[in-house]
Amino acid sequence: MSIRSILTLLGPFLALVVVYCIFGAMKPAMFTSDVVLSVLTQTVIVATAAIGMTLIIISGGIDLSVGSIIAMASVAAATFVTKGYSPLIVFVGTIAFGAICGMINGSLTVGLRLLPFIVTLGTMQIFRGGAKVYAKGTPVNLPFDVTTYKAWMGGSGLPYGVWMMVALVLVMTLVLRLTRFGRYVFAVGSNENTATLCGVNVPKVKILVYTFGGAMAGLAAVMNMAKSSQGDPTTAMGMELDVIAAVVIGGASLSGGEGSVLGALIGALLMTTIRTGCVLNAIPTPWTEVITGAIIVVAVIIDRLRHRRAA
Amino acid sequence: MSRDPLPRLQMRGIRKSFGSTIALGRVDLEILPGEVHALVGENGAGKSTLMKVLSGAHSPDEGEMFFNGEPYRPRNPLEARARGVGMIYQELSIAPHLTVEENIVLGMEPVMGPFIDRKEMRRRALEALARFEHPDLRPDMRAGDLSVSAQQLIEIGRSLAMGCKVLVFDEPTSSLAQKDIERLFLLIDRLREQGISIIYISHFLEEVKRLASRLTVLRDGSVVGTLDVASASTDEIVSLMVGRSVEDLYPRTARTPGETILEIRKLAGASKPVSADLSLRRGEVIGIAGLVGSGRTEFLRALFGLDRVRSGEIVMAGKPGNASPRERWRQGMGMLSENRKEEGLALNLSIADNVTLTCLERFGSAGTVSPTKQQAATQSWIDRLGIKCQGPTQKIGSLSGGNQQKAAFARLLEHDVDILLLDEPTRGIDIAAKARIYEAINEAVTDPKRPRAVILISSYLPELFGTCDRIAVMSQGRLTRAVPVGNLTPEDVMRVATGKADDLPGSSS
Repeated sequence: MSIRSILTLLGPFLALVVVYCIFGAMKPAMFTSDVVLSVLTQTVIVATAAIGMTLIIISGGIDLSVGSIIAMASVAAATFVTKGYSPLIVFVGTIAFGAICGMINGSLTVGLRLLPFIVTLGTMQIFRGGAKVYAKGTPVNLPFDVTTYKAWMGGSGLPYGVWMMVALVLVMTLVLRLTRFGRYVFAVGSNENTATLCGVNVPKVKILVYTFGGAMAGLAAVMNMAKSSQGDPTTAMGMELDVIAAVVIGGASLSGGEGSVLGALIGALLMTTIRTGCVLNAIPTPWTEVITGAIIVVAVIIDRLRHRRAA
Repeated sequence: MSRDPLPRLQMRGIRKSFGSTIALGRVDLEILPGEVHALVGENGAGKSTLMKVLSGAHSPDEGEMFFNGEPYRPRNPLEARARGVGMIYQELSIAPHLTVEENIVLGMEPVMGPFIDRKEMRRRALEALARFEHPDLRPDMRAGDLSVSAQQLIEIGRSLAMGCKVLVFDEPTSSLAQKDIERLFLLIDRLREQGISIIYISHFLEEVKRLASRLTVLRDGSVVGTLDVASASTDEIVSLMVGRSVEDLYPRTARTPGETILEIRKLAGASKPVSADLSLRRGEVIGIAGLVGSGRTEFLRALFGLDRVRSGEIVMAGKPGNASPRERWRQGMGMLSENRKEEGLALNLSIADNVTLTCLERFGSAGTVSPTKQQAATQSWIDRLGIKCQGPTQKIGSLSGGNQQKAAFARLLEHDVDILLLDEPTRGIDIAAKARIYEAINEAVTDPKRPRAVILISSYLPELFGTCDRIAVMSQGRLTRAVPVGNLTPEDVMRVATGKADDLPGSSS
């Protein structure tokens, strides 16, 4: 890892530590293992989706439909469970379901040469509507006797979901840095023409990236179902913005070519910290939004300053 | 030229440093009324810093300036323009959604109360446009719909409407087609006759000789000479610029063409080229001359699989057929784009990623890539080509143009291709970097074990004659035979390029 990329991560990381400590100073309960555990657990869904979004944003794209994919896939996941499928099939099936949604995004973007912003603005509505149509507007509840999924987002000790999130960040960091596919994602986002000139199969890379983003949303949907014990077609409303914010706070550039999954994880943790801190300190919810928004703006300003210095 | 004894503009003892680097060390410059004064020098010689001081974008550490004999010390470009010094930059600052006239009066719109005085705006725009004698340019056209050359006129009009007496042109022809360049030259002649002083910055000495009466050479932040253009030879100017003689700018060791490695028959692209035949042998450099827009770049792009091939045949190393860029790289063909920023390089990636992007599979097994190996390979090119940088992990966008181009060239060398397609490989870079690239081209085609073959596109005839073994000319999409340079004169080439002759003289082998 180069010094530059460490510096890029240092800013969000320091912000996370400082914000956490400020809330901790106001309310020492922030430092209890229960709260730490809760912050980690509540980050899992956004962070999982943000890992996929990081690749999409590095490749120069965007996916506004991720919240809707999570909703639709969580309905699918809950339906699989009610039909009595084994956890393995539920996981694989839901991830595949999300991947197909992502592949639709990618294929439309590449095949019709449309802007991903527009494509996913459309599919955001389509997927959301689809979920509601299928579930007839009401959540699909898990049967009471199904307890397999509880340990993923709760229970005693570190939930499996947290382990999974950490493992995914590690694996995807290595994939981005040390594989050909990872380098191509950066190249496509940095300059598509250069990538084409250099013989990179740009359409393939793009479709893969959106497909992966959808798969991660599918995984996030399983976690969402595990958390709420249901598949709710109205869940994750507006979550795409949290996911994008996490990636951007983590140092990604919306013009592509820059970003890291570790940064996205830190960004996601920072947002959960603010929410949890505000709740513990009985700060009204609207203020949570103001603070989160301010942090995003600050992150973007820092990013701009960093680029000015580098240029 | 008027004989006014008072210089229009004087810069005396201008010094400017940034931190510990001295950008300008006591520069003197005098511009007369109605003179075209060229400013030449390598990249980094201080031309743009000097012009930024003149336009008020930088304030000098020391020195004074006089405009028509009066002290002149602009604090910003707007103030400089109000005093009468206008800048026409390479990158135009046009608001594409506004009309021509709105652009011309931008920032100084005539008003009546709270409203824009449209009549006065029209009058001022027409007055400025009248100087151009450009019938196609009307005040109510949307600026974004116009060609680059017409947009440049708007920019010039903006300065004229403000009453500027000194106009600085910074590489104004770099984005223009040949006929627009000629038009711009006529306009500059006319402005000069109207008593406007022009400072003309250019890499192209031909342009300087065509336009300027005097020229000042900058090197390492100092003036090394001011010459009368009429009496100065090109070699004299170049050796002043580089501080050494020019004989060894184009190295050329004995070349022996080997077997044919590429055969192109009747190649036609989507619109251009119309028809191109060429056969390329190992160990030779074939130059493609022609005007901008004649289809030279499209020819290479079709050959390389970046653009569609409509008809014709390409046989590469015995294998016929069209191919994608990916397959071309695999077959041992590499291309250097004419457009470094838009296409050639991924600017916010590292030098190492840019150099090795075409052949990542060599740096690890099973889809992995070892950054250490990437960097080691890149470091060897940094050393061999003399790329000035902090190391292989530095972002390529932070290098100078010449060093970026060396790195782009290193990509072909690292991939170790047999055929190098080079589109304007030395455009806009300094002479030292040019010399290094010419050397690298020569080394590639004279490699004793495996001589490579090169197709080189250039608009600069001395470069073509200096580096190539044979030259073909593209004119309106048609490529002539390739004729040995020994049988050609630059005039022969220009006659075909401009459509005054159909074919080059002499035999083709």
